[in-house]
Amino acid sequence: MKKENFTLSVYTENNIGLLNRISAIFLKRHINLDSMTASQSEIKNVFRFTIAVKVTEEQVKKIVLQIEKQIEVIKAFYHKEEEIIYQETALFKVDSKLLFEERQIQNVIKNSNANIVTVTPEFFVIEKTGRRREVEALYHKLEPYGLMQFVRSGRIAITKEKMDISTLLENFTEETV
Amino acid sequence: METQTQTIKKEAKVATERMTGAEAVIRCLLAEGVDLIYGYPGGAIMPVYDELYKYQDKLSHILTRHEQGATHAAQGYARASGKVGVAIATSGPGATNFVTGIADAQIDSTPMVCITGQVGSHLLGSDAFQETDIIGISTPITKWNHQVTKAEDIPAVLAKAFYIAKSGRPGPVLVDITKDAQFGELDFEYAICKGVRSYKPVPETDPKSLEEASKLINEAKKPMIVFGQGVILGEAEKELISFIEKSGIPSAWTILGLSAVPTAHPLNVGMVGMHGNYGPNKLTNECDLLLAIGMRFDDRVTGNLETYAKQAKIVHFEIDPAEIDKNVKADVAVMGNVKNTLSQLLPLIAPKTHDLWLQEFRDYDTIEYDKVIKEELHPSKEALSMGEVLRGINEETKGDAIIVSDVGQHQMIACRYAEFTKSKSNVTSGGLGTMGFALPAAIGAKMGAPEREVVAIIGDGGYQMTIQELGTIFQTRVPVKIVVLNNDFLGMVRQWQQLFFDKRYASTEMVNPDFVTIAKGYHIEAKRVTKREDLQGAIAEMIASKEPYFLEVCVEKENNVFPMIPTGASVSDIRLS
Repeated sequence: MKKENFTLSVYTENNIGLLNRISAIFLKRHINLDSMTASQSEIKNVFRFTIAVKVTEEQVKKIVLQIEKQIEVIKAFYHKEEEIIYQETALFKVDSKLLFEERQIQNVIKNSNANIVTVTPEFFVIEKTGRRREVEALYHKLEPYGLMQFVRSGRIAITKEKMDISTLLENFTEETV
Repeated sequence: METQTQTIKKEAKVATERMTGAEAVIRCLLAEGVDLIYGYPGGAIMPVYDELYKYQDKLSHILTRHEQGATHAAQGYARASGKVGVAIATSGPGATNFVTGIADAQIDSTPMVCITGQVGSHLLGSDAFQETDIIGISTPITKWNHQVTKAEDIPAVLAKAFYIAKSGRPGPVLVDITKDAQFGELDFEYAICKGVRSYKPVPETDPKSLEEASKLINEAKKPMIVFGQGVILGEAEKELISFIEKSGIPSAWTILGLSAVPTAHPLNVGMVGMHGNYGPNKLTNECDLLLAIGMRFDDRVTGNLETYAKQAKIVHFEIDPAEIDKNVKADVAVMGNVKNTLSQLLPLIAPKTHDLWLQEFRDYDTIEYDKVIKEELHPSKEALSMGEVLRGINEETKGDAIIVSDVGQHQMIACRYAEFTKSKSNVTSGGLGTMGFALPAAIGAKMGAPEREVVAIIGDGGYQMTIQELGTIFQTRVPVKIVVLNNDFLGMVRQWQQLFFDKRYASTEMVNPDFVTIAKGYHIEAKRVTKREDLQGAIAEMIASKEPYFLEVCVEKENNVFPMIPTGASVSDIRLS
């Protein structure tokens, strides 16, 4: 079976140690993650991990079951690329004098649908949100001018179809511990 | 501030009792019906030990000689009694010494609650004396773990710990309690945990899966059952036997399923796997239907997956969804506790016999008997065999004893030849293969089932890994019977070296001490047998003893366990020599 990009949505309780527990499942199988992000989900006190990983579908099925088996994991899903809307965000820190010395940099920013989030006399920061290749395209355009700093977030994703978690979560009551 | 809030709470709830976190730990254990725990004291758990002193008339604490011993004793206790085993230790090395026992309990699904002390919460992360991140360390080997830093959290966390350990597919949990949480005060109130919202212990059974399973069963010409520990953990022995008898299906077992069905049952066809019986392994690749009941297709059971039961339809009865299709793809998955699924299945199946098919198993038995078993149980050579020791034990115990085995050749011999009439009688380290398991596990098994005879079968290698637990036996006088089958070798590794590494016996020959003298040093009655004519008398004396007893039997040095499926080979390529 061929390796593909999969995105996992993992709904969990907000407990210390859960990140470790989930990443240990990949570690045990010698699988490297492309990215992992954690945030609040649509339900209060329920967390959502978004994990991007390149494996076979057979592997991802087993991984999802192992993740779901963890006590404080409410539900886990895996999605193929076409089933989700996904984005990444990148920040580029660039020397401010380039804005005046290298005028074409302004066109690069304009044409790439990026935002300038801050400008100081020393540096300015560009924010770009989009697919990985869009972020990378901007990186390659800016890189020749010299980047002071570059950082890219992990993938976040939302499914096109409804996930059967929603009704389950609606029935959740407050619980301690 | 905190004290103030607690005072207000106390006034509001008059029904609660004010106490320290340490006392709450004991009260939680009592509320869970625990009357026996295993452990070892140390700095970070001392407040709890101080309370143990006060509650010693209600809660016995067995001081093992090493924390690993405490975990294996708790496992033995759990396996023999069906209850949750409890082990307690201090932080740092106390906690890390738990690791092997926890990993063993995880892979063998043993319900266990481990409590560890931890440095004060203000010291967490400071590399304080005996601080170790036991939560981080134990995460991949526990069903659940949790660190408690506030006294008031203790009751709810421990209630949850017990619920998780014993529900669904059981497993070990670890609760790490900081020293300030033990010293801190709370208003004690205990409610047994009845559910955790993110956790579904037993999946629902799809009635369609039962129908499909029954259809396959009723149509099968050559069906075969392989049952595992799920039957024992689910207390489904009766349901399984009714199912076997009505369907007439030959039934084999995994190492952890052993004793769920009496070994003498006419439809019991023996053990599957690497050193299992000839018939069930060979016929795994000839059956038309394989019913896997509460087992997980371990690689030691299946051999090469590419050639495992490819011709058969597979029905997997399982409580853990993550086991479905993990190693072997199921045609039908029957989810749920096997006690329920088997009793629902029973009315759907037609009464049948499979005499000709069963005869195929018996024909293989004859071959195996002539080529392997006869010589193992009735050796023609002068040297004693491990098998004849087991035969001698069978004669004395009549299959009524709990046999606790360690890991290696003697374990395979014990599981192959020990006779059982009752369930929960085979206690061994199956999945992890933990040498050193048996001696402490036998202590726990005897305490978990005090009315039963408990015989530990151990090799000379594994025995020395936890030999210090003789001290626990001496102190408690727990009447376990210890049999060391001494071949002065790490026998299983030596066997592999002989078969697959051209007899290069690297570091497998043991220069052993005088085991009898060591046992006597602990005031345990001890005997050594080197000759056949002394064997049965010594076994009889050991079984008749009301005290702990140590018996060393010096056996053939370079004997091999057969049949054997070499690693990576197919179950049908099982070798008789």
